[in-house]
Amino acid sequence: MAEVMKEDKTLKVDYRFPKTGWMDTPVEFKQGMFCHGSKAKDIEAVGFPNPREWSSKDKDWKLPPDWKEIVLNGMKERLDKYRSFKLFMDICVRCGACADKCHFYIGTGDPKNMPVLRAELLRSVYRKYFTLSGKLFGKLAGARELTEDVLKEWWYYFYQCTECRRCSVFCPYGIDTAEITMIGRELLNLLGLNTNWIAGPVANCYKRGNHLGLEPHTYKSQIEFLLDEIDTLTGIKIEPTFNRKGAEILFVTPSGDVFAEPGTYTAMGYLMLFHELGLDYTWSTYASEGGNFGFFTSNEMGKRLNAKIYAEAKRLGVKWILGGECGHMWRVINQYMDTWNGPADFLKEPVSPITGTKFENAKSTKFVHIAEFTADLIRHNKLKLDPSRNDNLKLTFHDSCNTSRGMGIFEEPRYVIKNVCNYFYEMPEDTTRENTFCCGSGSGLNATENMEIRMQGGFPRANAVKYTQGKYGVNMLANICAIDRAAFPALMDYWVPGVGVTGVHELVANALIMKGEKERTTNLRGEPIKSATEDTDKNIKQPQMDTDKRR
Amino acid sequence: MVSLGFCFDLFGLKKMGILFSLFTVISLILIVYSGVKLANLHLLFGVLIPYMALITFIIGIIYRVVKWGLSPVPFCIPTTCGQQESLPWIKQDKLENPSNTLGVIGRMALEVLFFRSLFRNLKFEVGAANPAEMKNESRVIYSSDKWLWLSGLVFHWSFLIILLRHLRFFTEQVPSLMRLLEGLDSWFQIGLPHFYATDLVILLSVTYLFIRRVIIPQVRYISLAADYFPLLLILGIAVTGILMRYFSRVDIVDVKILTIGLVSFRPVIPEGLGIIFYIHLFLVCTLFIYFPFSKLVHMAGVFMSPTRNLANNSRIQRYVNPWNYDVKVHKYSEYEEEFREKMKKAGIPVEKG
Repeated sequence: MAEVMKEDKTLKVDYRFPKTGWMDTPVEFKQGMFCHGSKAKDIEAVGFPNPREWSSKDKDWKLPPDWKEIVLNGMKERLDKYRSFKLFMDICVRCGACADKCHFYIGTGDPKNMPVLRAELLRSVYRKYFTLSGKLFGKLAGARELTEDVLKEWWYYFYQCTECRRCSVFCPYGIDTAEITMIGRELLNLLGLNTNWIAGPVANCYKRGNHLGLEPHTYKSQIEFLLDEIDTLTGIKIEPTFNRKGAEILFVTPSGDVFAEPGTYTAMGYLMLFHELGLDYTWSTYASEGGNFGFFTSNEMGKRLNAKIYAEAKRLGVKWILGGECGHMWRVINQYMDTWNGPADFLKEPVSPITGTKFENAKSTKFVHIAEFTADLIRHNKLKLDPSRNDNLKLTFHDSCNTSRGMGIFEEPRYVIKNVCNYFYEMPEDTTRENTFCCGSGSGLNATENMEIRMQGGFPRANAVKYTQGKYGVNMLANICAIDRAAFPALMDYWVPGVGVTGVHELVANALIMKGEKERTTNLRGEPIKSATEDTDKNIKQPQMDTDKRR
Repeated sequence: MVSLGFCFDLFGLKKMGILFSLFTVISLILIVYSGVKLANLHLLFGVLIPYMALITFIIGIIYRVVKWGLSPVPFCIPTTCGQQESLPWIKQDKLENPSNTLGVIGRMALEVLFFRSLFRNLKFEVGAANPAEMKNESRVIYSSDKWLWLSGLVFHWSFLIILLRHLRFFTEQVPSLMRLLEGLDSWFQIGLPHFYATDLVILLSVTYLFIRRVIIPQVRYISLAADYFPLLLILGIAVTGILMRYFSRVDIVDVKILTIGLVSFRPVIPEGLGIIFYIHLFLVCTLFIYFPFSKLVHMAGVFMSPTRNLANNSRIQRYVNPWNYDVKVHKYSEYEEEFREKMKKAGIPVEKG
C-alpha cells in the first residue's frame, strides 16, 4: 500500500521558495501525490461529457479540440451563477493570512498548496479573460493564458485540496478555497477530467445506491454479518428492517461503515443502540449512502446522488430521517440538501420518540444528526451506560472538517464521549474545533496511489494526536466521519503507531448495557474489557452536565 | 499581443512588481509636477481631475457591487467557527456560528470593525518537542501572530479618521463632532500645529505592511504589482500630507477656497497653493480612480462574502437557490427493475411483486 512512502518518518519539509516565480515554475507530477484519472465507463454511467480512457501520467490527456472554449464558457457560466466565485476572484488582497493554514502546505512546503496560490491558479486565468487589467497588463497584473499545462496544474492542485475550509476561517474576507476548488473541479469535469477514486464511487452510487457498489442483497447480508457479530458478543439477536414502508425513521449513513473496519464497529453501534431503544426505523438499500462523492465532482452530480434520500423517505412514508456519523455528508445535509432537493414537506418535524425532544434546529430538513440524537438520549437518562467498559481506551477526539466549519457540531459528540468513556483528552486547541486539521484524505483523496500526499497532508493532524499520545498516553482517536475512519488507520500507523481509530457510536455501544445481554467480556473489537469481572452497577454513570468549559 | 508585463520579463527584472509600482508612483508625481509647474494646468489638476476621480470612484464602486450582486448566492455556505444552534441545553456560539440575522450583524460587525478573522492568525513552526511528551520527534507548534491583524487594523482605522478629519475642508464651519475627533487625534498636544497620532500610525503601519510583503517569503512569493502599488501610493499621500501640515506649510485658507469651491460647484483656483498640495491631491485622485478596479474593492466586497454574511440556519428554514433546476436521477423504479429478483430472494420488500 505505502510502497511510495519513504522509510524515514521524520517530517523533512523544505519551506524555501523556488527561484522562479510561480507562473514560471511548471507543475511537476510527483509520484504518490496524485490519483489515477477517471475511467470512461464511470463518466458514461452518469452521462458526463467527454468520457475517454486517459492517464494522468501521460503527456497527452486527449482533450477535446475545443477544450479551451469549454473551460472559458464554463467559467463565465459559473461567474454568473455563484457570487462566491465572482467575489473571491476579485477581493483577495494576498495578505498571506491563509498561507500556512493549509495542512497540505505545512506537510509539503509546496507554495502552490498555499490557499492563496491555489486560488491564484484559477484567478490568473480569470484575470486574463475576464478583467480589463489582465487583458492589458498580462503577467504584470497576475494574468496568464489558459494552456494545457495550466489545466494540468489545476488538476494536480485541485485534487490536492480537501475542501476542508480551514483557510476560510482565517481569511479576513472569508474567501473559501473549498468554493474555488469546487468550481475548479467542475471545470475539469467538463473535460472528463475527474479522478478514478471519485468517478468510480459516483458511478456506483448512482446506479446501486452506495459508493461501494453493493447490490441490495449484498448490502443486507453485510449488515447481517454484523448482526452475527453482535449476537456472539451480547447474545442478543437484532432484526433490523430494510426498505420498510411505514417506519417512523429512515436511517442513512455512509456505506463505508457497513463494509470496512473500523467503521463496521460504528455500524454495529448504531444497530445495538436502535435495538435497545426499540426504535421504529428502517435502513434503505436504494438510499444506502450518506456520503456524496458527487459533491466532489460538481454541484449537479451532488444533487443527483443526494436526491435519492428524500425520494426514498417519501416512498417509504417515514416521518423523518436520522443520519449517521459522516463529515461531508453533513456539510451536504446542512448546507445543500434542502436547497437542492427540498422542500421536504412530506416529512414531519423530527421528534425523538424516546425523549419527546423536538429537534428545532432540523425542522426544515427533517434530518437529525445521530450525535444530536444520542446526546439528547443521554441527557434524558434514557441509556444505561457503563463507561468503564471503555477503560482500556485513552481517547482524543478529532473534529472533522465539514462538521466543524460547515455545521458547527462540537459539543454533541463530546458530551456523548464524556458519558461513555472515562479517559478523554483534548488535542491542543489550535488544532481542534474550527481550527481542526484535516485527515489529509477528504474530498475524495483517500485513494492508495496518492498515499504520499495523504501522509504529508495528514501530518499536522497526526502530530497533534502524537502530542496527546506522549502526554496522556492516548491510544484511540475518535471521530464522527466515515472518511476519517477509512483514512486515519493508515495515517496513525505511519505517524503515530499505537493509536487506533473509532467512531463515537462504537464507544456508545461498548458502554451500552442492553436488556438481556450476556455478560460482556470483550468490547466490539473482541478486546478484553478491563472491568469485566467487577460489579458493573457501580460503574453506571449519571449524565455529565458540564459541556466544555473553554467557551 | 505583447503586453507590458512581457516587456518587463525581457528586462529580466525579478522584482518587477515592486519596481513597476515604484516607477508608477514616481511617474504620477512627475506628471503632476510638470503639469502644474511647467504647463500651468491648475484647472486640470485642481478641479477637473478631482471631479473625475470622485465620479469614477462612486460609479465604479456601484458598478462593482451591482455586478457582484447580479450573481446570486445559490447555497447557504457560512464558514461556521463555533458551536451550532442545537439542543436547548447546549450553548450556541451566537457570534461565530449565528443562526439568525442579529447574530450575522454581530459577526459582520466584529469582522468589519475589528478584523475578527485576522485576529485568529497563527503561525506555525516545526520545532523540537518536549522530550517527555514527544520522544525527540519534531512537533508542529502554533502560536498567535497578531502583527498582521494589528497593522491592518490600525492602518484602516487611521485611514478612516484621517479621511473624516479632511471633511473640515469641505464645510464652511467645522462641525463639533469633527472638532472632537481632531481633539482626540491630537490628544498629546505635541508641536504646533498639534501633531496627529494617526499621521504617525498610518506611516508606520503602511511601512510595516510594505516591509512584511517584501520580507516574509510566503507573502513575497504571491505579491503582485497590484499589491505594492496601493501601499506605495498611500505612502505617497501620507508623506505629502504630513509635509504640508508640519513642514512645508500650506495656507489652509487657500486650500479651503479650492475645496469649498469644488463642493459648491463654483470652483475657484486660488494662487499660492504649492506643488506639494497638487501632488497630494493628484495621488488621492489616483487612489480614488484606481480603487474600484483593484483589490481595494475588498472594502465593499467584505460585506457580500457569503461565508460570513449568512446565518447557519439552512436546516431550520429552507434556503432557496434561484437557479435550482431538475436533474436526472436514477429512480427507485429503475433500481428495483434491475435488482428485483435479488431483492425478493434476500427478503427485501419490493413494489411490484
